[in-house]
Amino acid sequence: MKQEVICVICPRGCRLTVDPENDYKVTGNFCAKGVPYGKAELINPTRVVTSTVKIDGEKITRCPVKTDQAIPKKEIKNIMQEINQVNLNAPVKAGDIVIQNILNTDANLVVTRDID
Amino acid sequence: MKQIKEYELIIIGGGPAGLGAALSAHQNGLKDILIVERDIFLGGILNQCIHNGFGLHYFGEELTGPEYSQRFIDQLEDTSIEVKLDTMAMNLENTEDYRFVHIMNMEEGYQILKAKAVILAMGCRERTRMQIQIPGTRASGIILAGQAQQYVNLEGLMIGKKVIVLGSGDVGLIMARRLTLEGAEVVACVEVMPHLGGLNRNYVQCLKDFDIPLYLSHTITNIRGQRRVEGVTVQEVDSNGKPIPGTEKDYDVDTVLLSVGLIPENELSSEAGVELDPRTSGPIVYENDETSSPGIFACGNVLHVHDLVDHVTEEAEAAGYAAACYVKDGGCVTENATRIELKPDSNITYTVPQHIRLEDIEKNVRIYFRVRQNYHDPVQVLVRDGNNNQIAKFKRPYMFPGEMENIRLPRQLLDRVVGNELTISVEE
Ligand SMILES: Cc1cc2nc3c(=O)[nH]c(=O)nc-3n(C[C@H](O)[C@H](O)[C@H](O)COP(=O)(O)OP(=O)(O)OC[C@H]3O[C@@H](n4cnc5c(N)ncnc54)[C@H](O)[C@@H]3O)c2cc1C
Ligand code: SF4
Repeated sequence: MKQEVICVICPRGCRLTVDPENDYKVTGNFCAKGVPYGKAELINPTRVVTSTVKIDGEKITRCPVKTDQAIPKKEIKNIMQEINQVNLNAPVKAGDIVIQNILNTDANLVVTRDID
Repeated sequence: MKQIKEYELIIIGGGPAGLGAALSAHQNGLKDILIVERDIFLGGILNQCIHNGFGLHYFGEELTGPEYSQRFIDQLEDTSIEVKLDTMAMNLENTEDYRFVHIMNMEEGYQILKAKAVILAMGCRERTRMQIQIPGTRASGIILAGQAQQYVNLEGLMIGKKVIVLGSGDVGLIMARRLTLEGAEVVACVEVMPHLGGLNRNYVQCLKDFDIPLYLSHTITNIRGQRRVEGVTVQEVDSNGKPIPGTEKDYDVDTVLLSVGLIPENELSSEAGVELDPRTSGPIVYENDETSSPGIFACGNVLHVHDLVDHVTEEAEAAGYAAACYVKDGGCVTENATRIELKPDSNITYTVPQHIRLEDIEKNVRIYFRVRQNYHDPVQVLVRDGNNNQIAKFKRPYMFPGEMENIRLPRQLLDRVVGNELTISVEE
């Protein structure tokens, strides 16, 4: 079954139609970038997850974190569960790894802000 | 009251605009620079914008808000730039030779500081329910999207279990996703306009990914509940924005999230006599971000609402450079320069700058503007002078009101302008 996907690579936001029965042929794209995007959105859509974790900072008690690569969309919920278990101790620096290879996605969960 | 301390440059606000301006002024030779920030951290609104999507233009990579500001905060360390946190700028006075900034904090109390130049970088605040007027009770559970973002992301508090979002601006979309990830149920996002307020990518990644329905041309016409919100009525609107009878739909929710836009925060500017533009709600500026008051410059969201922080940084760097020129040589401004007014045509909402001084433009001048409607097909941006001669033409594959646009006008072309105005228009 053909599916509609909105390309988010640029703000034009083309409405792509992707046909899984025809080698994931993409139509409706204004430029070439829409083709790999449309294909990936059907085969394995990925996203970067950002959230916060607890920390015992001097002035702040939430520390922002992100996955350092896009992870499969279907793992977002499970990753949020992992994130909600974390308790950090200050100080931390942006880039510090909180969880390595989170849920075997190859992505690390990293801190995104210095906190004392 | 303490003795007056003097600086070359005082910057009010320590968000990305203030940081960019301070670093640029420093690189351009100023030593005595002070940033006054009322929060306990630098970084401004970016501290609560923990999502990614910042810096694609400026750094060529996608960063989260805190990471973007951290890059600038780190650069401050090797400079002589002084920072006062937890310090509120209360008042700004303008005299011919000096600007006086009245500040207040817990440690030093009330102080008046003196500066040769001042850069306004106070950012925006959110529009409130009062400004859009929704009927219904005054129950708790009605909250501004940015306020909610602060509670959730900085304080780790949750704001409700079942939420409806009014307005499809980026902050509302981002918060719809954030609240869903934190376990709330977001029942819908309702937008009175026939098109999305925010960026497409935020629609896809914040609503569609989580199956949150978006209702365009709809609005909330009633809010129920005594102490806490218990529900809302949503209605479709006609092309004049009037609710259509018979289209009422009720939702049981405990929270209404308002994402109805931002307005520049300019009380200080008006007090100092800085002229504001009703179209942007920000100061009227020249090509170098100088306001109608010599020695006072403006950049970032206080000047006009930006959707991309990269443009804020770019504008801030220009303002920092101009302020440095002003302090060092009393301005790069030519006396009796030729003043050209920039006039947005009916299909453009505003331009920044609003006017330019021809002789002060070194190579080219960048003009930011927004269009009034969606253009899905290629368009031309036309620049004409007072005699209706075409000065320049720019092509764009598409244009949307939600996205700030910019063009660069080279000095060479400007030298051909006849008369004292330039009209900017968009044609399909
Ligand atoms: C919720 C949200 C989401 C966004 N998402 C994106 C995105 O995904 N990608 C992107 O590129 N851009 C995004 N933006 C836009 C971008 O972040 C802003 O345009 C940018 O942060 C504006 O910077 P600023 O320095 O002008 O204002 P601000 O960041 O608001 O900083 C202004 C500072 O001035 C201080 N201040 C104000 N008044 C005073 C006073 N009287 N005395 C002392 N200090 C004062 C404030 O405390 C604040 O720290 C987003 C904006 C918002 C609000
Ligand atoms: S297909 Fe090309 S033009 Fe269309 S949204 Fe994607 S990147 Fe933009």
